[in-house]
Amino acid sequence: MAELLFWPVLLAYGEAAVAYFGETRRPGLPGRLATWGVRVGWLVQTALLGFQAARADGFPWATWAGSLNLFVWLVVGAYLIWGCRPRFRLLGLAVAPVAVTLLVVARIGGGTGISGRSHYSNLFLALHVGLVLAAFAGFTLSAALAALYLWQERRLKRRAAGILRLRAPSLATLDSLVARTVAVSLPTLTLGILVGLLRLRSSGGGFDAVIAVTLAAWVVYGGFLILRFGAGWRGRRAAYLVLAGFALVALVRVGLPVSHFS
Amino acid sequence: MTVLRLVGISHHSAPVELRERVAFDHGQSAAVARQLAEGAGEVVCLSTCNRTELYLAGDDGAAAEALAAAVLEPAGAALYRLHDEAAALHLFRVAAGLDSMVPGEGEILGQVRAAFEAGAPGPFLDRLFRQALHAGRRARTQTAIGESPASVSSAAAALAEQVFGDLSGRTILLVGAGKVSDLAARNLLSRGARISFVANRSADRAEQLARLLGAEPLPLERIATELERADVVVASTSAPGFVLGRDDVAQALRGRRGRPLLFVDLAVPRDLDPAIGELEGCYLYDIDDLEAVVVETLAGRRREAERAEGIVAEEAERFRAWQASLDVVPAIASLRARAEEIRTAELRKAEGRLERLSEAERSAVESITSQIVNKLLHLPTVRMKQAAAAADGVLYADAVRHLFGLGEDDR
Repeated sequence: MAELLFWPVLLAYGEAAVAYFGETRRPGLPGRLATWGVRVGWLVQTALLGFQAARADGFPWATWAGSLNLFVWLVVGAYLIWGCRPRFRLLGLAVAPVAVTLLVVARIGGGTGISGRSHYSNLFLALHVGLVLAAFAGFTLSAALAALYLWQERRLKRRAAGILRLRAPSLATLDSLVARTVAVSLPTLTLGILVGLLRLRSSGGGFDAVIAVTLAAWVVYGGFLILRFGAGWRGRRAAYLVLAGFALVALVRVGLPVSHFS
Repeated sequence: MTVLRLVGISHHSAPVELRERVAFDHGQSAAVARQLAEGAGEVVCLSTCNRTELYLAGDDGAAAEALAAAVLEPAGAALYRLHDEAAALHLFRVAAGLDSMVPGEGEILGQVRAAFEAGAPGPFLDRLFRQALHAGRRARTQTAIGESPASVSSAAAALAEQVFGDLSGRTILLVGAGKVSDLAARNLLSRGARISFVANRSADRAEQLARLLGAEPLPLERIATELERADVVVASTSAPGFVLGRDDVAQALRGRRGRPLLFVDLAVPRDLDPAIGELEGCYLYDIDDLEAVVVETLAGRRREAERAEGIVAEEAERFRAWQASLDVVPAIASLRARAEEIRTAELRKAEGRLERLSEAERSAVESITSQIVNKLLHLPTVRMKQAAAAADGVLYADAVRHLFGLGEDDR
């Protein structure tokens, strides 16, 4: 029955995606409607996850589709930290459609319902999956911020006449937020990977494609932090590097088959 | 009955040559208002560079209008006259910046407040101006009418915010020490930026403006070396060629560790090599680019002005309802006075029987009888005010006077 909550979540995020698009045409009311759509959707999704957690016998989101549902919740939750500010509304143009798409993909790919009992311990699943998904949510948000940076930078470079009509956060703000989001997400991913590696070491098992690509993403984001804070990399180059890291994250999250926990 | 009259002249009806004949400074406006108030009742004089308007409220509208027209006589046929609701709506539109040359400009609200404070308002104009100020504030907070820059120099400052966000602590380099530089600097200063350097061909001018802005004067030759520290460069010299080339900037970028640099070229002919804009992390806007930005934002202002008109109309309607309710106020006052008179008379008659009561019991009787009177009169009072707002107030007031036998003196 609780699974019915999926539909209002999809509806609210869908409304937000459309309203964010409307905001680019005529700023004002559509932006406020979009923000409320995201807020309502996230609260209903929280209720959905809460019901699932209360009902489940063990960690409820170990399936590919279930973890995607949790992932969307984390991404939107992270977005809500800044997204409600008028200047950051445009970020919703990247976040809300992604949330809708991933929810639909999760539904098609097995539903957002809870998983059966896994042979992995609950603590391991909660730590490993939770930490890795939280880090991926952070990387997704940093990619959205980097994309917004590139868009705003392009408008400034091209001297777009409408630059002050549809206002985005400043380049300096976006640049700093990208770096801070990655700086928080990378240690989270590191912990998640360490938990996974410890489990791998104690109970055996081999490397798979997911682990390899995750480690590659870790290297890219690690490199980004070194270049950003050590060599003063800013601007377009830094934004492209973050997007490259996100391509790997997307590959791990959506692109690879669901064989990692089997 | 109090009537409202407006006599004035504005940029819509008269050129500056005519407007300046009846332009008053703050002190003169106050004196005009006080002088007219002696013959007309309540007066406020609003005089700005775009308008001079006299708002008068009193019992004799024609006389007030004649007095105001006499004061503004030098403006001749360009004078306009508005009455009651139209005059109130006009003031609300003025306060919201909807009647300004640049829709939504922010200065007018302060000017309306200053005129109100310096004028000679009574209860009527007090209410009118307070509501106009409220309408102006609402239009600004509930729409984006005042958000976009309306001039080239304020657009430059807004662009700097688009690159750097908060401008406090940002380093500004002014190239040129003329009026244009001064104006651009003031816009940047008002947003928290710090003017660090003023470079100019004439050292005297550079020093003069630098002293005024708390900056360091620089000879033109040293601009390239200071670029490493600057965040925004505003150029407006009258030099015939470029004062800063692509190579100068490219060299300075090496030490900036990727920090962006905004160039604003307000000069014609241009001071800054257009190729600077091709460099990574450099954003270059010339006068044409800035004018295009202003034109675009003004179009946005006009769109927001439609929403602000709705707010203003709402506030004007509220004022009209209040003004209409004034028609029934004397009848309501008479009715309440009559009821109180009856209550105290009846209590006096019962004095003999109430003597035996304690002080507390007597006070309870007082309180209960007052409450009965208030509750009985509450609904008729509210209904009469509502009827007044719907233009039936006078009929209701007459009916109440007739039914309760209120004396002719009350009218």
